Parts: sequence; C-alpha cells; structure tokens
Amino acid sequence: MEAKMISTERKLSIGLMRVMPVLASALTCGVTLFLIGFVLFKGIPNITWRLVSTKVSYLAGTIGILPDILNTVYIIVATLFIVLPLGVGAAIYLTEYAQNKKLVTAIEYAAETLSGIPSIIFGLVGMLLFANTFGSCLLAGALTLVMMNLPTVMRTAQESLKTVPANLREGGFGLGAGKWRVVRTIVLPGCIDGVVTGCILSAGRILGESAALLFTAGVAHTLNGFITGLASPGATLTVALYLYANEPRPGAQEASFAIAAILMVLTMAINAIAVMTGRYFRKRRAQ
Amino acid sequence: MYKRQQLVESAVHGIFLLLGLVTVGCVLLITLYLVVSGIPAIREIGFVDFLFGDTWASTGEEPKFGILPFLLTSIYGTAGAVLFGVPIGFLTSVYLAKMAPAKVRSVLESAVSLLAGIPSVVYGLVGMLVLVPGIRKLFHVPDGAGLLAAIVVLAVMILPSIIKVSVTALEAVPKEYEEASLALGATPVETWFRVSVPAARSGIAAAVVLGVGRAIGEAMAVMMVSGNAPNMPGLFESVRFLTTAVASEMAYSSGLQREALFSIALVLCFFVLLINAIMNAFLKRNREG
Repeated sequence: MEAKMISTERKLSIGLMRVMPVLASALTCGVTLFLIGFVLFKGIPNITWRLVSTKVSYLAGTIGILPDILNTVYIIVATLFIVLPLGVGAAIYLTEYAQNKKLVTAIEYAAETLSGIPSIIFGLVGMLLFANTFGSCLLAGALTLVMMNLPTVMRTAQESLKTVPANLREGGFGLGAGKWRVVRTIVLPGCIDGVVTGCILSAGRILGESAALLFTAGVAHTLNGFITGLASPGATLTVALYLYANEPRPGAQEASFAIAAILMVLTMAINAIAVMTGRYFRKRRAQ
Repeated sequence: MYKRQQLVESAVHGIFLLLGLVTVGCVLLITLYLVVSGIPAIREIGFVDFLFGDTWASTGEEPKFGILPFLLTSIYGTAGAVLFGVPIGFLTSVYLAKMAPAKVRSVLESAVSLLAGIPSVVYGLVGMLVLVPGIRKLFHVPDGAGLLAAIVVLAVMILPSIIKVSVTALEAVPKEYEEASLALGATPVETWFRVSVPAARSGIAAAVVLGVGRAIGEAMAVMMVSGNAPNMPGLFESVRFLTTAVASEMAYSSGLQREALFSIALVLCFFVLLINAIMNAFLKRNREG
C-alpha cells in the first residue's frame, strides 16, 4: 500500500536525506576519535618521569616540562582569582541592582563583543597594556586572560542568579534585611553552581590558550614559586608545545607530543568534570 | 544607625556598578588601543597602498607594506573552511537534534564538546605531522604546508561551534510545525529537512557566521600548518593569514613594521566586529521567530 503511494524519486530523496546526516555524524565522530587516538598513541610513550619532574637542561641536553606545568597552574589560579569577583560582581549588578535598561544593554553588548574578539587581538592589546608597562610575565598573561574570560564567568553567574527564586529575596526583604544583606546571604549562596561552572569553563579555556599568552606571558622555561613565577616570564604548556614543535633539537618533537597528550587528557577530564557538576547541581536543584 | 546602613548600601551599590562597568571598560580599552596604535601606520603607508598593495616585504631594503595577500588568504581560507565545515556540521546537527537515539546522542555530544575543547596548538601539531606530509604525498607538491592544510584544520575547528548553535536552533522549532507536516503525510525525514530546517534557518545562519568568526580569528593552529610566507593565496602555496601575519613578526618587529602589524590587527578586528554584528542580527531574528 505504502510502496504504491510513495514514488521512487521521493523514496530516493528520503533515503538520501536519511543517510547524509548519519554519514556526517560518523565523520565528526571519526575525526574526534582519530585526534584523540593519534595524540595519545604518539604522546603517552613519551611521557616520562624525567620529563614531567625536571626543567630544561641545556647541559645535559634533556627537556623537562615541570616549569611549564607549574606556570599553567599559576596562570589558571591567578586568572580565576581576579576574574571571579569581577564576573560575579558584574552579574550581581545586572540581575540585582541595575535599573537603567540602556546600561544593561551596553554591558551585555560589551560582553558579547568581548567574547567574539580573537585571542591574538587580546594578546596584542595585553602586550601593549600590561607587558609593555611592567614587562612580560605570568601576571601580564593572567590579566590578559581575565579580559578574555570575563564574559564567560559573567554569563554563567548570571544564568544561575536567574534561577534563585524571587520569593526567597522577598522573604529576606520582608524580614527587614537591606539589599546588601539579601545579596550576601541569599543571592550569593544561590549562584554557587554558576561560579563553579564558570571556573571549570574558564580553566578549560586558559589551559588551551596560546595566542594570547605568547606575547604577554613570555616563553621562558624557568622553575619558580608562585609569587616569583607571577612576576617573571614563563611559558604555559600550550606555548611550550608550540615552541618545541618548531625546535629542531633532538627530543623536542617527542616533548611536544607528550605535552599534547597531557593537554588532551586534561581537556577530557575538564569536560567530564563539567558534565558531572552540571548533573550534580541539577539534581540538587530538583530536590 | 539607619544612616550608616544607607551609606553601606549605596557604597555596595557603587562597587557592583563599577564591577559591571569593567566589561564595558575592557571593550573600550581594546578598541582605543587598537585604533590609536593602528592608525599611524595606515596613514604613513597610505590607506590604498596598505589594503590593496600586493607585496609585503617588511624587512626589505625598501620596505613594502601591502596586506592584500593576507586579506585574500584570510578570506579564501575562511571560505574554504566554511565550504567543508558547514555541510558536515549542519548535517551532524540535524542528526543530533532529530534522528539520534538518546545513547548515541550523548556520545556524539561529548565528542563535539571535546572537539571544542582541544587546544588549537594540538590541532596545529596534528596538522603539522599528519596533514602536511599527507598533502605533500597525495598531490605531489614540494611542501604540503599551505592554504589547503589550513583550510582542513579550520574546517574541523569550526565544526563544534556550528553544530552547537544549529542544534539549539533546530530544537527550538515548535513541535506543532512538525506535527502538522506529519499529519499532512510527509515522512519524518522530509519533515526535518523541509519544515524544521527552514523554520530554524536564522539560527543556522547564525551558526555559519559564528563559524566564520572562529575561522578568521584562529592564529596558532593555522600558523603551524600554513607555511607562513607572505604569498598571494594558492591552494598549495605557503601563505599567511591576517592573524598569523601579526603573530609571526611581532616578536622581532620595530618601528614602522611594528606599527603596520597593529594596523593589520585593526583590520582583523574590524572584520570580526562586522561578523559579530551580522551574527547577532540573525540570532535576534531567530528569537523573534
């Protein structure tokens, strides 16, 4: 019955429309699997204890990435430390305080613009603003990354602030609390999930960032503590990968693959954490 | 007591207002710095000579600062990436939003978000060691690093942005549209392509524009696979993009050369802002239906 009603031509086009999306999805999946597989396969054998626990030694001719690992940690911590108050504060202003519609539009438009600017531009402006005034160092890199990640933190905080029920706030006001007290004791605890999500997203972006850091944070591979590290130039893992990939010395290519594998594993871990925290907070909210 | 509380309240209000204005300040600062440092070189070189000059020889005896090769490379490279990336991304998003069983969907979704999270230098590294030699062997060219390699890398890199935004747009299509189409005798597949996709077209257009923005702004991955010589674009030619032109000379530049690099950044930023404005217009239309 059905076979007679649908013409062969129509059947063909339906078949085509059914197959194409499957093929495209298989291709997308295939590319991802290939990337993961290739990087891990080439990189993991090159991850040695000496590589991750020492610094570069030109005397011994060995490559170590411990300074780069530490620099990455320092820059993530420093960036989050600065961007969190800024982003969450902006979100609180937008959802709790702002009355001027035009100002809100201006701030939201600015955030949208900021999130579309390519990282190389951030790198350039960061160089002019920070690295040229107090020298290229991890702090200059962190401040550049603050500008980059501000929209992300602001938006996630704003999303979670919107889910704080209005009657909780009204209850607070009804009991005689001032605005600041309501914000501090009711609204802020309510947006903790947005803060955590924003942290995870930003950490992932910082981990993968390189173009914005090349001219702001510098390219040194020296081993430093947190405070001296912030004040001196240093390469993060991504920058080190880039440098080693273009270096002709023996072992450099292997080191860059090892870093790629480490970055890949960390990226997967961050993605998994993001999914898990999302699930956890949704469950908690449902209760 | 009451007065003191009022004082605290208005102080806190002021602090939050300042924090809110930081974003606006950042944008103004970036614009200001780019314009102030980018304009002088354009003035000195001449607007037409700068934009449409076909040779870039910044360190030559008689330096020439024409960025037409970079401009065209960025445009061709982005167009190429869109040509490959958009059909694949669009079809994947149709599969994800309409066809995929729940389990497959969650796997595919995590693959896509992983693709979005992979650092661009890792893309560059894999491109350098797989794609570049592959192109050299496949097409029998002396060097595989060039525009084609960059196009392929960019096509993969813009996939997640296209897929995510398209899926959101496709899922926002009202159920009634699809039900009406099914009731009129269209098969599910026909409904997705002839009803859901046209209904989500503004959102899908926004996805494409977002992909364009990503492609035009990418620097590191492209720098590792495109060869980096300031040639006019050709598929197997070693080329420089607007982004890589800035990145590759910044470290050792000085004087007019350095100023010219800032001018390139200004041109790049102009493109990106234009693209963002177009995308926002599409997104707005999508929200309004």
